[in-house]
Amino acid sequence: MSVLREKLENTNDVVFTAEFPSVDGAGMAGVEKNVARLAPWFDAVNATDNPAAHAHASNTTTAIAMKMHGLEPIMQIVCRDKNRLAIQSDMMGASLHGITNISLLTGDDVTAGDEPESRRVFDIDSAQAINIARGMAGGTYLSGRAIKPAPDFYIGAVENAAAPPFNYRIQRALKKHRAGAKFLQLQICYHPDRLEAFCKGVAEVAPDLKLIPTFLLVKSAKSLDYVHNKIPGIDVPAATIARVRNANNQRDEAYKLTLELARHALSLPGVRGLHVTDFRHDDSLVEFISDLGRRPRN
Amino acid sequence: MLKKLLPVIEHALKKPIWDCRMCGQCVLHSTGMTCPMTCPKTLRNGPCGGVREDGNCEVKPEMPCIWVKAYDRTISLPLPKVWKEHYNELRPPVDMQLQGTSSWINLVTKRDQQTPVGWAAPDGKH
Ligand code: SF4
Repeated sequence: MSVLREKLENTNDVVFTAEFPSVDGAGMAGVEKNVARLAPWFDAVNATDNPAAHAHASNTTTAIAMKMHGLEPIMQIVCRDKNRLAIQSDMMGASLHGITNISLLTGDDVTAGDEPESRRVFDIDSAQAINIARGMAGGTYLSGRAIKPAPDFYIGAVENAAAPPFNYRIQRALKKHRAGAKFLQLQICYHPDRLEAFCKGVAEVAPDLKLIPTFLLVKSAKSLDYVHNKIPGIDVPAATIARVRNANNQRDEAYKLTLELARHALSLPGVRGLHVTDFRHDDSLVEFISDLGRRPRN
Repeated sequence: MLKKLLPVIEHALKKPIWDCRMCGQCVLHSTGMTCPMTCPKTLRNGPCGGVREDGNCEVKPEMPCIWVKAYDRTISLPLPKVWKEHYNELRPPVDMQLQGTSSWINLVTKRDQQTPVGWAAPDGKH
């Protein structure tokens, strides 16, 4: 059983997840280096699928490489680049290599990437992909063709707790849960009040759904500006950016801010872990999760 | 004859009002009379995570996200209660074979309710 599933389903431990750096030219040596850095600290790490619509080594091959070197992957599949056939073969391929954590998401639009002239696929959407994964875990492809034995999937998804239509996001989480998602990694959120309302609402309608909010380590107000202006779906309040901008030491203040947000998130109902994304690329990633109570695994 | 004529009439009526894309499996009633096929990602099950703070679309910043519109209209329009309740139902993948055919005919023949055998709805029903 995957560590992620074991911890989320059979313990009350807080889980920590991170993002595996996209693989381009550095080969297996690069993968090994990143595995060595992340494995002691994280329960499972996302193998992304052409994040922000930029081409990289594929989700499946990255997940296999991570697993080979001893790091548990959460394999993401986005709906932008592949039709329903290819999405199912991604999942079967993952299963062939013993990868069970599968997270299904819509994906950024092609216009977010460096090849905006690409055809966007979106043959199915994330909720449909989740339901298809559940069907496969139940022993059939979408067509009804049998898979024997059925693959063992631990199905996850992503949700944005703080984007319009605000009042609908809880229902959308519920829809994904009903379709088969057991855990949700949440989009980065700088509105603790919105995150709180979302988590409380989800805990009421879907108490079994495990929530994993995301936090982004940044160094400066400039990075927050970037996130606010360039990543659709993430709003950073002006007062939050000003707090970092006006501090004597922006690095420290940005760190403190993120730590406060993360501590608040951990106090919310339904929250079972944290996902950390790193824009700082210094040693604060480990410091951050240590400050949140994480000890290295032995 | 009807099979040829109806798609033409349907498109002529629905294009100007809803910017209908003739998917052949109309869900307007459950989406606050807002066509999900006008979403640049053609999402059938609700908004993506990229909706902007002002409620506009990630892909086309000048356009309101169709799912924000659909949600607002589902709440505010005087639609039948069951239609409103269908807003959060899990809609099956689009059947590409129905593209360009009349959803009216597909509704009457129930062709639009056929889903692949492996598409089990979350409540166990097909
Ligand atoms: S923001 Fe709304 S309309 Fe735009 S791609 Fe996302 S769901 Fe579709």
